[in-house]
Amino acid sequence: MSLVGHQPPPIFRRGPAPLARLFVFVALCLVLLVADLRFRYLEVLRNALSVVTYPLQMAASTPADVVRNASRYFGTLVDVQLENAELRRHQLGAGERLLRFEQLEQENLHLRELLQMSQRVQTKSIAADILYNAPDPFARKVILDRGTQQGVEAGLAVLDANGVIGQVTRVHPVQSEVTLLTDRNQSIPVSVVRNGVRGVLYGVGRGMLEMRHVLAEVDIQPGDRLVTSGLDGIFVPGLPVATVTRVDRDQDAFARIECEPLAAIERSVQVLVIGRAAYPPPPPPPEPAGGR
Amino acid sequence: MHPTNRSSRILQPVKLWFVYLSLFVALGLEYIPTGRTPGLPDWVALALAFWCVREPLAIGMGAGFAFGLLMDVGLGAAMGQHALAYVVLAYLANALARRVLWFPAWQQALHVLPLLLLAQAIMALVRLVAGAEFPGWAYFLSSFGSALLWTPLSFLLLLPQYQPDERDDNRPI
Repeated sequence: MSLVGHQPPPIFRRGPAPLARLFVFVALCLVLLVADLRFRYLEVLRNALSVVTYPLQMAASTPADVVRNASRYFGTLVDVQLENAELRRHQLGAGERLLRFEQLEQENLHLRELLQMSQRVQTKSIAADILYNAPDPFARKVILDRGTQQGVEAGLAVLDANGVIGQVTRVHPVQSEVTLLTDRNQSIPVSVVRNGVRGVLYGVGRGMLEMRHVLAEVDIQPGDRLVTSGLDGIFVPGLPVATVTRVDRDQDAFARIECEPLAAIERSVQVLVIGRAAYPPPPPPPEPAGGR
Repeated sequence: MHPTNRSSRILQPVKLWFVYLSLFVALGLEYIPTGRTPGLPDWVALALAFWCVREPLAIGMGAGFAFGLLMDVGLGAAMGQHALAYVVLAYLANALARRVLWFPAWQQALHVLPLLLLAQAIMALVRLVAGAEFPGWAYFLSSFGSALLWTPLSFLLLLPQYQPDERDDNRPI
């Protein structure tokens, strides 16, 4: 054996130096991070690895289920009676509105037929409970107790009694993950009820929302109600989202519009998952350029 | 192997399956849904740091990477976030292994605390660069919670190695 190609005896051989291994692993992690955060390529890897983690997760959530069920069981009778009376009152009001709503829906159907307009989108809805906050401290997400088995899909809107709280972003067999509107990476296309001005609502953290892409001279005032516009083809149009609290026009071409969510985003427990029963047809392909 | 390098007591050799079992138990503890309670220890980081200090030849960056990925999947975090933090943690803990074991347990905890804080800082940095919201300084309480558990944990995880094959009061095993 030549002097240059000298190898250490096998008992001392430990592979590459620790620092080299560190750099290899760090580079691998950075590649994973960019692929996931920037391009969302890694859902396949995530699903494959969740085969290992899913049984552990199910086992770990059992004690939490026991605690929750026990606290529900020992809730006092008086609380339940008070809540029942409150719910009865609500039901009366809601029932009356529902009767009127059915009649109006019929009327709307007939009018649309008369005008030969396309029918409004059909919706599907699934009732769900929020189980707990997602463990990731950097995002505002919650976990629902309904998943693919109950028909939940990624992209559906999630509402409480007052308005939209967020969007389903990841679905597991019996659970799903909802990103709240107040998360900094969440956005939702909205329009103003009063005059139909459209914009996109972004979460800015601290429980607040901001409407962007609205020109400064557009008519929008504090107190305006915002509903989903449905232009994305995912959300059902007309769901209440937020009210405008402050409009600041003296910065540049775009107005700075602060909004407050209508729903109790961080506090609601019972929610409804709402989506289109059928997605709209894809947009027609663009005309070939220079068709002469 | 001794409990610490100054101790005269000799331990049984470690069993590799027990190391991985303890890491998987830590992973299970991590998956218990606790919401946003601050100050809860990062069990996997703690167990990983412990075995990287005790057994630098058996456990290192590879295990840190694998368990970091499992954490990322289970907690719904960004892929590679925990993996990156745990790889750095494992590297530094391996590097500290020869020094730390000369100290009593509570001083070992003081050595490990900066490593745990650094791992958390790496995760925070990665997510802030990606545009997430800062979770507040209470987020870093988790490392202090972990460091407090170092002493009871080192007793618990060394317990199988304290059991001699045959009992003899005159022998230090």
